[in-house]
Amino acid sequence: MPVLNSKELRIVGFLCNWCAYGGADTAGVARAGQPTDLRIIRVPCSGRVDPLFVLKALLEGADGVLVSGCHPRDCHYAAGNFYARRRLEVLKRFLPVLGIDDARFEYAWVSASEGQRWQHVVTSFTKRIHAMGPAPHFDDAKPLLRVADMALTALRPLGTAQNAAVNELKQVIKDKLPELNCVIGWQQGYDGAHATPLFMKTPEDVDKLSWGPFNVMNPAVYLPLFKGKKTGVVVKGCDSRSVVELLQENLIKREDVIIFALPCEGTLDIARVNEKLGRYTRINAVAYDEAGVTITADGKEHRFCMNDFAQGKCYGCATPMAVLADTRLGEPHKVNPVSSVPPELAMLDDMALSERMAFWRGQMERCLRCYACRNACPMCVCRDYCVSDSRNPHWMSQDADINQKLFFQTIHALHLSGRCTGCGECQRACPVGIPILALRQQIARAVAQLFDDYKAGLNPAALPPLLGYEAHEKNIHERDWK
Amino acid sequence: MSTIRILASDGLPAFLSFLSQKHQRVLVPVVKSANKRSVIFEPWRAGMPVVLEKATVPPKEAVLPQCETLLTYKKSKNQEDLGDITVSLDDTPEALSTAIFACRPCDARGFRVLDRPFLNGLFPDPYYKARRESLTVFTITCSSGCNTCFCHWVGGGPSSPEGSDVLMTKIEEALMLQAISPAGEALLKDCDLPDGRDIFPRAEAARKAAWASLAPAPDLKQAPQKIAALFGNDDFWQSQTSGCLSCGACTYLCPACYCFNITDEGDGFGVHGGRRLRSWDNCMSSLFTHEASGHNPRMLKTPRMRNRVSHKFSTYPENWGTFSCNGCGRCISNCPVSLDIRAIVLAALDNAG
Repeated sequence: MPVLNSKELRIVGFLCNWCAYGGADTAGVARAGQPTDLRIIRVPCSGRVDPLFVLKALLEGADGVLVSGCHPRDCHYAAGNFYARRRLEVLKRFLPVLGIDDARFEYAWVSASEGQRWQHVVTSFTKRIHAMGPAPHFDDAKPLLRVADMALTALRPLGTAQNAAVNELKQVIKDKLPELNCVIGWQQGYDGAHATPLFMKTPEDVDKLSWGPFNVMNPAVYLPLFKGKKTGVVVKGCDSRSVVELLQENLIKREDVIIFALPCEGTLDIARVNEKLGRYTRINAVAYDEAGVTITADGKEHRFCMNDFAQGKCYGCATPMAVLADTRLGEPHKVNPVSSVPPELAMLDDMALSERMAFWRGQMERCLRCYACRNACPMCVCRDYCVSDSRNPHWMSQDADINQKLFFQTIHALHLSGRCTGCGECQRACPVGIPILALRQQIARAVAQLFDDYKAGLNPAALPPLLGYEAHEKNIHERDWK
Repeated sequence: MSTIRILASDGLPAFLSFLSQKHQRVLVPVVKSANKRSVIFEPWRAGMPVVLEKATVPPKEAVLPQCETLLTYKKSKNQEDLGDITVSLDDTPEALSTAIFACRPCDARGFRVLDRPFLNGLFPDPYYKARRESLTVFTITCSSGCNTCFCHWVGGGPSSPEGSDVLMTKIEEALMLQAISPAGEALLKDCDLPDGRDIFPRAEAARKAAWASLAPAPDLKQAPQKIAALFGNDDFWQSQTSGCLSCGACTYLCPACYCFNITDEGDGFGVHGGRRLRSWDNCMSSLFTHEASGHNPRMLKTPRMRNRVSHKFSTYPENWGTFSCNGCGRCISNCPVSLDIRAIVLAALDNAG
């Protein structure tokens, strides 16, 4: 009888071949009664369980997912379950931001001899899922649109960097240029209110370099493309964290990159600027002052105060100056880092699980699958080999449905666990304004909670937490299943 | 003179409701509020607030959906002889008769660009054809130019009627509706809106004012030859595309891009069977040119962007006699790095080689 017509629910179990699967076998041999809701998928090791397996199951209709493997310090191989433990714990803390109850996912350690423990684990997990009932689906949610409150106070005064030592910097770059393939920076884009990346190869190119609140793009995204060629890059504080993260992961070499830095006073949220400017034929003037920019378009003046129109990430920014640089010119404002919740995430924190599900339903509907989010991400180094493009295995359907679209966002977010520096380029790049940064912010928060306030891209020598493990995890506690 | 009607702003819901009686769906631009606001075409339902703004995403989906099922298949095995497999197919095109309300002239011209390869080639596409034939396009003329728009460079304009069935122009708080095609003529004759012939001169004046607001257009006549001649000039394309992220935002927001990919999903056995899906594809993606051998002739973003620009300004004009760019400017205003296709075309024209 098909599962849906009976009283059974759909529970998917990913079981390590050596321990949990053996444990289930032991329980079977001992004729220990077990609920029949579980569908078991045998994997070689719990370390083989990519969190995406769990998400794919949950998004495609599973009511619960159970991962089980060898007890920590007892991996059949060496450390597979240590890695799994970190990933799965991050996943567990990630699910609620999507609107999925994290109680629908659990992981447990069961050895091959523990038939009784297996029986207990699977019975209590099934009971828990039955108590919650069938999982709600994104398809059934009524779209909910809500906008994050951007009326925020910055940790430091935001400004337009009028006193930045741009001319000195240009000279330094010109001096260095002969030994470099190119230097990446910004220049004016199609008009005075939009910047575009600049690749400086000649002194004339360097004269085009601009520095100010329109420099929103993160130049670190291009660095892996120049692998093996000595390349210079001008960075804002946030961009420098991406450079550091690339170094942490050996994706670029320190000797191949020369970092030039000026203190950043914040960048504009171009989407909100464009909205206020409305439709215009031409920009007549862009005038800067200490606190903001006045753009005259078609003869009409529009005032953009940095305090009101900065990008969300700028308000809580504690690194106005590059954390790593070869040339630093100028002194940044002193910032006392305060732990704060970014506005996009704060909005989701205030919602109930069902509202979050409705929110993502309403937002993801208009996703075009253009993958601007992925390609603008400096940490997405797979590029042409992304799992979303894989046909063998066929990970994602080409279907334009909400589950597939959201699934890709969770892939991106989870691949950024402990790696995302919060530069926000994914969200800025989205042509239809889906607030996807919140998903990355939740992952970063979970990583900080679990691994001693770890923040990606601050220390080139630090090992990203999901690339390592501790035999005794300080903040991950075993479930006791009593 | 063609039929002209006047639609008062408070009469909009009634008129949309009239259109929904004539069509299975009426696509209207609606605001999706988020920190970055976007305007998207959605099927109209009573009570839905409509904005008469240029949409972030063109209504191309009406004829070429992001993903559509071309056919469904089911395989069944002969239990006597398991090697004997019967395949049954269903390839009936899904086509809802659709009216698009308030797209822009560049969007309407986009349908013309799509029509040529899909309908005028050796093999008309039955799926596209079915949708296109049941499509009615209500276009609203633009009241002014825009910093990223360049429709008048490529043969269009703020009040170009090409591809529209009805052309609408805003006059103060009312809309003037002018029939362009026989289908538009029939619809306007059928509706109970009052005659608007006396306000037509005012609409004409508004259209002229819109034209006057445009910056002078460069002459692109030489573009097809110039761009074709630059094909092997890697330095040119490299310098023009260094900022490109190779994402598909430009393509998927383009009313005149029509490349697609076809994927079979499901092996065909069991209750679910299998489906052949056609989904949007773009020349910026690696899979676009990935060959069965594993070889990919376009590994870099440079030849990918070269393809995009060449197709729009050189190869399509060679085949069909007109640019496959309508100058809507969405690829410029929505590019994550503000890459400007106008600048590339102008650089190609300026290039001495």
